[in-house]
Order: sequence, then C-alpha cells, then structure tokens
Amino acid sequence: MSVLHTVNKSPFERNGLESCLRYVKKGSSVLLIEDGVYGALAGSASSNAVKGAMANVTVYALEADVLARGIKGKLMDGVKLVDYAGFVDLVTKHDTTSAWL
Amino acid sequence: MATKKMLYLNRRAPYGSVYALESLEVVLIGAAFEQDVSLAFIDDGVFQLLKGQNTTAVGMKNFSPTYKALGDYDVRKIYVEKESLEARGLSREDLLDLTYEDENEGYAEKDSIQVVSRTDMAGIIEQNDVVFSF
Repeated sequence: MSVLHTVNKSPFERNGLESCLRYVKKGSSVLLIEDGVYGALAGSASSNAVKGAMANVTVYALEADVLARGIKGKLMDGVKLVDYAGFVDLVTKHDTTSAWL
Repeated sequence: MATKKMLYLNRRAPYGSVYALESLEVVLIGAAFEQDVSLAFIDDGVFQLLKGQNTTAVGMKNFSPTYKALGDYDVRKIYVEKESLEARGLSREDLLDLTYEDENEGYAEKDSIQVVSRTDMAGIIEQNDVVFSF
C-alpha cells in the first residue's frame, strides 16, 4: 500500500507537516499544497525534518501555490514540482490519499 | 480628533487565509483618517512581503503590489521581525522595496521597511495605543 500524504498548512504555524513526516513509510509520497508549500523552503526551521524524510519518500510541491507565494527560487533540492494534472496523477498512482489538514 | 498610535500586527501568510488581504484593506481605509499608523510583520506574516509573487496559476488576486501604495498613504513605518525571517530562510533582500517620499528632505525616497529584533518588536507593540491583529 502506498499513501499520498497532502499537507496544506504552513509548518511554522501548524504541526501538520511535522506530524505527517512521523507517519510516512517508504514508497509513499508527500505533496505540499496551499500554505503547505512553505515546508519546501531551503534553510528554514523545518528543512531538516523534510530533508530527513526524503531518504524514504518523494516530496512534491504544487507549482501554482509555490509561484503564488514567490518562493520558487528558494526551495530545497530534491523537491519535485507538479501542476494540477500532476496532482491528479499522484492521487491515481497511490493506493490512498491522506490529507493532513 | 486626537491622533492615536495604531499598530497593525500581521502574523499570517497570504493566500492560505483571507487575513493578509483583509489587513491591507483595513490599513488603506484607516489611512484616510490620518492616524499615526505602523505595520508589523511577524511569524508567517513576513511571507506577505516577499518579492516575486505570481498568482496566475492559482486564479487568485496577487495583492502584493498594493503594499507599494502604502507610502502614498503616509504609512511609513513597516517593521519586519528578523527572527521570523531567519526561521523561514529569508532575509531583507527577499522582501519588496517599499518606500515613501520625505517632504522634509526634498521628497527623497526612503525605505519604509525596517528589519527589527524580537526585543525591539516587543517594544514597538508596547508603544502603540491600539493594536489590530490579523
């Protein structure tokens, strides 16, 4: 079973990302959307936790939300950007989706 | 009407909730009443002032250019907390250039944004008569 974990809150305001990263298993994916994309920032207070998780899972960020917030040039290496169609592909590629609201 | 010192304290990121946009609208409306207005950006509020926002793909209004109008409304004191920037991997260079014209110095353009420490921010909050939280 593979799970697509979506996170939509800023890691600096809510602990959704932190909590999610404790439950991800190898082969699953994390998709950052809305304010969740701030979790992809390089050199921030949450970068190390995300970097650690990347050993087991792929971390994606929704490009439209990244662009809206002006942080495209500030993301950590290894984060993959997807568009809305890519979001749908990720949902279908995994067995289930878990939203960390 | 006696002038009051008013501080707008912004702690939310733009777009994920309506707080940032609402704050900006209230500031612009309030500016018409010629009060002594300051803006403070702490926590995720610092994200509001990032350069290069482009909301085309999300289909929302990019209101970040509107901050540039604040100088024309005599809003000249914009404080951004250093610790909040650093925790997010950001620095002053990542923020919009916001300026006002100083009528006492031949209308020279001056920076409205001041990056201040958390300690200084605590003092700024204390100095105001009214704090509006967003």
